[in-house]
Amino acid sequence: MTATPILAVDDLRVGFATEGGLLQAVDGVRFRLQPGEVLAIVGESGSGKSVTAQTIMGLTRSKNARIEGSVRFEGEELVEASDATLRRLRGDRIAMVFQDPMTSFNPVQRIGRQIAEAMEAHRGDLAKGEARARAIELFEAVGIPEAERRVDDYPHEFSGGMRQRAMIAMALALEPEVLIADEPTTALDVTIQAQILRLLEDLNRERGLATILITHDLGVVAEVADRVLVMYAGKVVEQGTLEEIFYDPQHPYTWGLLGSLTRLDRPRPKRLPQISGAPPSLLDLPQGCAFRPRCPHEFDKCPQVPGLEGRLAEAAEHRYRCWLTPAEKRAKRQVAGQIGLEAPAP
Amino acid sequence: MLRFIVRRLAGMVIVLFAVSILVFLVFNVIPNSNPAERLAGKNATPVLVKSIEEEWGFDKSLPEQYVTMMKKVFNGELTSYSPRIPVDERIAEGIPATLSLSIGAGIIWLFFGLLLGYIAAVRAGGPLDKFLTGLSIAGISIPVFLIAPVLIYFLTYKLEIFPSGGYVPFSEEPWEWFTHLILPWVTVAILSIGFYSRVLRSSMLDVMNEDYVRTARAKGLSERQVMTRHVLRNSLIPIVTLFGLDFGATVAGTAIITESFFNIEGVGLYAAESISKLELPPIMGVTLYGAFFVVFVNALVDIAYAYLDPRVRLGTAAR
Amino acid sequence: MSEPLLQVTDLVKHFPIKRGILIDREVDQVRAVDGISFSIEPGQTLGLVGESGSGKSTACRAVLQLIKPSSGSVRFEGQEIAGCSRRQMRPLRREMQMIFQDPYASLNPRKRVGQIVGDPLKRQRVASGGELRKRVQELLERVGLASEHYNRFPHEFSGGQRQRIGIARALALRPKLVIADEPVSALDVSIQAQIINLLDDLQDEFGLTYLFVAHDIGVVRHIADRIAVMNKGEIVEEGEADQVCENPRHDYTKKLLSAVPVPDPREARERAAKS
Repeated sequence: MTATPILAVDDLRVGFATEGGLLQAVDGVRFRLQPGEVLAIVGESGSGKSVTAQTIMGLTRSKNARIEGSVRFEGEELVEASDATLRRLRGDRIAMVFQDPMTSFNPVQRIGRQIAEAMEAHRGDLAKGEARARAIELFEAVGIPEAERRVDDYPHEFSGGMRQRAMIAMALALEPEVLIADEPTTALDVTIQAQILRLLEDLNRERGLATILITHDLGVVAEVADRVLVMYAGKVVEQGTLEEIFYDPQHPYTWGLLGSLTRLDRPRPKRLPQISGAPPSLLDLPQGCAFRPRCPHEFDKCPQVPGLEGRLAEAAEHRYRCWLTPAEKRAKRQVAGQIGLEAPAP
Repeated sequence: MLRFIVRRLAGMVIVLFAVSILVFLVFNVIPNSNPAERLAGKNATPVLVKSIEEEWGFDKSLPEQYVTMMKKVFNGELTSYSPRIPVDERIAEGIPATLSLSIGAGIIWLFFGLLLGYIAAVRAGGPLDKFLTGLSIAGISIPVFLIAPVLIYFLTYKLEIFPSGGYVPFSEEPWEWFTHLILPWVTVAILSIGFYSRVLRSSMLDVMNEDYVRTARAKGLSERQVMTRHVLRNSLIPIVTLFGLDFGATVAGTAIITESFFNIEGVGLYAAESISKLELPPIMGVTLYGAFFVVFVNALVDIAYAYLDPRVRLGTAAR
Repeated sequence: MSEPLLQVTDLVKHFPIKRGILIDREVDQVRAVDGISFSIEPGQTLGLVGESGSGKSTACRAVLQLIKPSSGSVRFEGQEIAGCSRRQMRPLRREMQMIFQDPYASLNPRKRVGQIVGDPLKRQRVASGGELRKRVQELLERVGLASEHYNRFPHEFSGGQRQRIGIARALALRPKLVIADEPVSALDVSIQAQIINLLDDLQDEFGLTYLFVAHDIGVVRHIADRIAVMNKGEIVEEGEADQVCENPRHDYTKKLLSAVPVPDPREARERAAKS
């Protein structure tokens, strides 16, 4: 990568002091986001993907949070930055869209007002009707019909998909350079999900808006992302381009995620390939590779934590955390003719 | 919104009707006693009892008795028996004093209660919060009939800072009106300050954890803007309902004790006197007046609530 | 010729829309379920697919008589149950159970898991005391939890585990018919596969008949024998699962199929280029 990244995250660690001990939600995450790029961060609940995203904007700062490492936005360091610096950037240069649009809007204020508020927080010189006019423009840009009327509606008067569009409109109000979308489609029907993804894709293409897309569903990633980060138990376990992840995945967890997706283009399998078990408790991680208890390919090197390395000659930036050799992987990841994970031995 | 208001007011009329029937039943239909005797009060003579019986129609059927009673109420014919004074006149005379007491106390308890609650919520968990919590609990625990005599003793008798009682109408002497009401105001407000600060604190702590507060921060609003525009505004909604109930209860209830202690000639004092003399017509009148007040204020509160929280308004749904 | 376990004919559920300042007048109706018909053979799975607002959840509740249908017929094992009173339905409740969508809202947070799963057995007087406990623990293990989980509270479990508790509760009375209303929609994709496989296994083992409701036709395809597509209160297409997915006839079905994300970057690009 020769271009200067718009966002550079290095060795980010976020821990929360809890009654049961220190919960390391994010444990050494490193990535770059290039201008105009769509980066997908994929993982199950508890993998640390949302905490990573929220930490970039400083939203996880609290009395019992320990944040270390570096987050540089256009060269400016954010981890230790003052609240005033972060507030300046939030909404204006980096904007965020949250998972549940119903609870993410203030229920007793009109949506147009809430969008105007975002603008007024950063542009003190806005003329009276200007904020509202801009909100109407934004509604049209994200595909909300009857924009002029709907700008004065309350959140509960919108359907789920329209609410999420309104949330995206609000995020775009100040034309940020980076959009972080935290599970934007998880609470929506599949048909609406497709629309929202298309909208995000269009915005990325038309405005060159660098996007971080956070999701637990690798399926939505294939249509939108340029590069993918797979997270598990607070660590990045695989990262690479879209094609590398989908066609040459190097980590058993990624195989499991790919295998458990429904595919209409293939005959249905007798039994859906699944990843058995559940993500580990962050307070009680297995020794070595955190995926061991669920991995059918565990062997004697696994009790040592694998480093995030790339050993593929043809794809130096494709990194992964697994001791198996590339040749072994190519053999083991085929289950019934497609990439997936076999059930672990009893 | 219009639909909501009209329905609420219509509901109010129906509730008042139901209250009047209840009052009627309580006062006139209690078994095992002669209502005429009770109406005549402590100083009854047989002649009085007989004339009451005729006047009120106790030999007639129940619905007719109810109509008779309601006619008397609305025509201002309700009178006490010793002394012979029309009830509605006395109530009308007492209203300015009672309202001065209640509204003033209400303003004080709202202001301090919300202020202390806000501070406690913003500094939750810290030493200031713990101190304010203790203070609130003390305030809630001390009964009116303890505070009043203590204040009277120390501040009017011993230290002679405030007058010991009585009421001076605002139109006569504004300053005297004020000094005479300070101690009664404090008496009524102390309990509610404690209560309201607890309620606001807990309401704010709930709201602070809501997703939309996080969104507000993500937009780049300052902490103060987040606190006032999103947290405080939404936390106040339950306080509005509470205030309506409390205010109605104060006018119709707490005022009785406080006015008695401080010798303020409002409706509460009238009610206390009538109760001790067991004079039913004034008691009936005061009860109806109190009921009307409570129901009316509650209707206003419901309408205010619908204005503040659009989700409550009837007839709007997701499109 | 065996009889279908569940036969629904022209089921209708309308909700009145009322207007008026003082007095309510019914001005219109929300036609949540507008005349649907389907049947399910014993041991089979019917997948009912549709978006939010299609009426599929209302249909489930109308079938189970949790809400009273406006009109139509619901025959369970040949017996007409549409419009039955609560008392009449009581003995039948053992035969038909429901699994709900939201694993966080459908379990009483104040009750322990053992209580949640055991309550149906207690109420229908099937078992009590030590026998009850044993049956509940067996059920918990059968759905992939541990018998020690008996004494824990719902908040101690993940979403997938809570859904397993919900499944155990539904199966406690050994029902014949299980209606699953979006049982995996609120779960991570990787856990969805586990729950679908579990439901499949349980169907074989307990001889269950499923009405599986979802908004994602891709998910439904895995478990359903037949699929019915619902839109705006009506069933627009019905047929064998593979047939409906491979040769959809109705436009709406095609729309649902095209909405399922394609987990293949090259194909996704081709598809995008075509549209």
